[in-house]
Amino acid sequence: MTKVGILVRTAVLALLIFFLARPGAFEALFAPLTKRGAPPIYTQANLLYLALNHLALVGIAVLAAAIVSVALAIVVTRPSGEEFLPLSRALANIGQTFPPVAVLALAVPALGFGAAPTFVALFLYGLLPVFENTLTGLSTLPQPVMEAARGMGMTDRQMLFRVELPLALPVILAGIRLSAVIAVGTATIGSTVAASTLGEVIIAGLLSNNLAFILQGGLVVAAMAVLIYDALRWLEGRVAQPSAS
Amino acid sequence: MANEFALDAIAGSRRLIDRLGMIVAVIAACGIALPFATFRANRIVAGEALSVLQALPAVQLAMFLVVVLIATGTVLLSKRLPYRLAAGCAGLLCVLVAMGVSATYLSPPESAAARVGPAAGFWLLVAAFALSLTDTLARWRLSPYRRLIALALAACVLAALLGSGLWGEVSILKEYAVRRDRFWEEAARHVALAFSSLAAAVVAGVPLGVVCYRVASVRQPLLNVLNIIQTIPSIALFGILIPPLAWLAANAPLASELGISGIGAAPALIALFGYALLPVVTNTLAGLNGVPEATRDAALGMGMTDGQKFLRVELPLAFPVILTGIRIVLVQNIGLATIAALIGGGGFGVFVFQGMGQTAIDLILLGALPTVFLSFAAAVVLDALVELSARRGNARSAA
Repeated sequence: MTKVGILVRTAVLALLIFFLARPGAFEALFAPLTKRGAPPIYTQANLLYLALNHLALVGIAVLAAAIVSVALAIVVTRPSGEEFLPLSRALANIGQTFPPVAVLALAVPALGFGAAPTFVALFLYGLLPVFENTLTGLSTLPQPVMEAARGMGMTDRQMLFRVELPLALPVILAGIRLSAVIAVGTATIGSTVAASTLGEVIIAGLLSNNLAFILQGGLVVAAMAVLIYDALRWLEGRVAQPSAS
Repeated sequence: MANEFALDAIAGSRRLIDRLGMIVAVIAACGIALPFATFRANRIVAGEALSVLQALPAVQLAMFLVVVLIATGTVLLSKRLPYRLAAGCAGLLCVLVAMGVSATYLSPPESAAARVGPAAGFWLLVAAFALSLTDTLARWRLSPYRRLIALALAACVLAALLGSGLWGEVSILKEYAVRRDRFWEEAARHVALAFSSLAAAVVAGVPLGVVCYRVASVRQPLLNVLNIIQTIPSIALFGILIPPLAWLAANAPLASELGISGIGAAPALIALFGYALLPVVTNTLAGLNGVPEATRDAALGMGMTDGQKFLRVELPLAFPVILTGIRIVLVQNIGLATIAALIGGGGFGVFVFQGMGQTAIDLILLGALPTVFLSFAAAVVLDALVELSARRGNARSAA
């Protein structure tokens, strides 16, 4: 990452934190966007609380999805689980065609309103990219390395933890990054089923025809998504370096 | 190592009980144990859950249980794909028919307000047989044409089931019956939103991709802008577009004559278009980058001009990858179009959000199920087209 890039990202992060902590300071900025004296800053809930809640929901869902899908991908790439490979591939493909709103709406009857159906939707959407990438990572390992490891007398378990997973890690992380960025955006839709995420601010703006609300909610979510994307990509670079040398 | 794999595969095939069959059997058993249908005195009150034993008349119940048992047993014990296919189809069809029969059986003739709807048991049985069918079809590796035929057959069976009136008493179709015209209106609008934004994105995105490919200095800035559009949450992007369009409608007479206004289809279309651009542009770029250097040299060696080389060699070879981008966009847009309902853009989302507002599950399903079917069908059709075009491309470059 270039120096300018780091500087811009640090500035965005500082601005984001400052806005979430002291949204009142930005009142003058958003005031021209409101009509008939409507409030320029969303005050029905604390923005910082909403943002942290949003991130927590995304974090837990993506973590859970990553653990489950990496485990699943390991199982179906072992000889004993091979027979489930075509099915799991097909399911991952079909799962991707389910629209987020439909998943949320269908989860509501079973789980009620709030964070639970949102968690389910984020979890389901998180599974697919990580699963696909782990599968790719585990099935495209360099054959000479595998044979060398086998020749050193490594057991299956040692091969998995010392050779296969470390080599596949950058690709797996890329899948997690994709999941996390999708989840940050999808979590806003969760507010249509009463999850307290930043989507609440946007929906309040849509309902009361207040552009200031829509814009501040949207900008905060977009900034978070961009920062998470960059942070995870930086992490991938760090992880990939040792094996490259 | 290879020998170990081979031995294991033989051991696997000799195993008497199919492992996926066991999963299917467990899900199906749970499905039988859990309530099959819910009965509600009207569409909003909490329902009374009824087991299969209560939900079906004696003769039909016996037939239902026999079919489910045989189908599950076949998936459990048989390795032969045709048998497993037949079992999956029979099981799924049987569960769907049973729901219709149950609704007719349970609905009191004197009360039009009563609702009989599917419950957890029904969904689990559907999931069990759908899972086994998915597995069978995935192992079969059907050719693209056969996949299209299978999809058409499934759609016909579904249409026959819904059209026959067998499901007439099921809660979802009762919601449909009272808003029949509205349903098809929103369906047309949903399809129009998804396809017209796709068409616009292809018309604009493919040339942009070509520009990206040819002009290196444009590439990164353009991709950055498109990436940032993707990160804006969909509901915010829909909302942000309302005021500028409203201003345009109020101040430009031509715009309002064209039907552009702050709320409605215009902001929805623009937002969908914005999200669709990135996959189209990046896939066009990837497709063009993937054309082998040798092919390009050969085209120049044959005396083709730059334009001929592009139109006759590069674009046809990049086409399957571009089509993959179109597939991503279409499936994504069909899903995102549900959100258009929040800003008055119409589509199936209208029923989903109305249903959520009234906590009427049947209404949510009336909006969600067609959306899921539509995006699933779009994915199957376009996957088949991608495969066909890639195959044709390979045949051409081999010839």
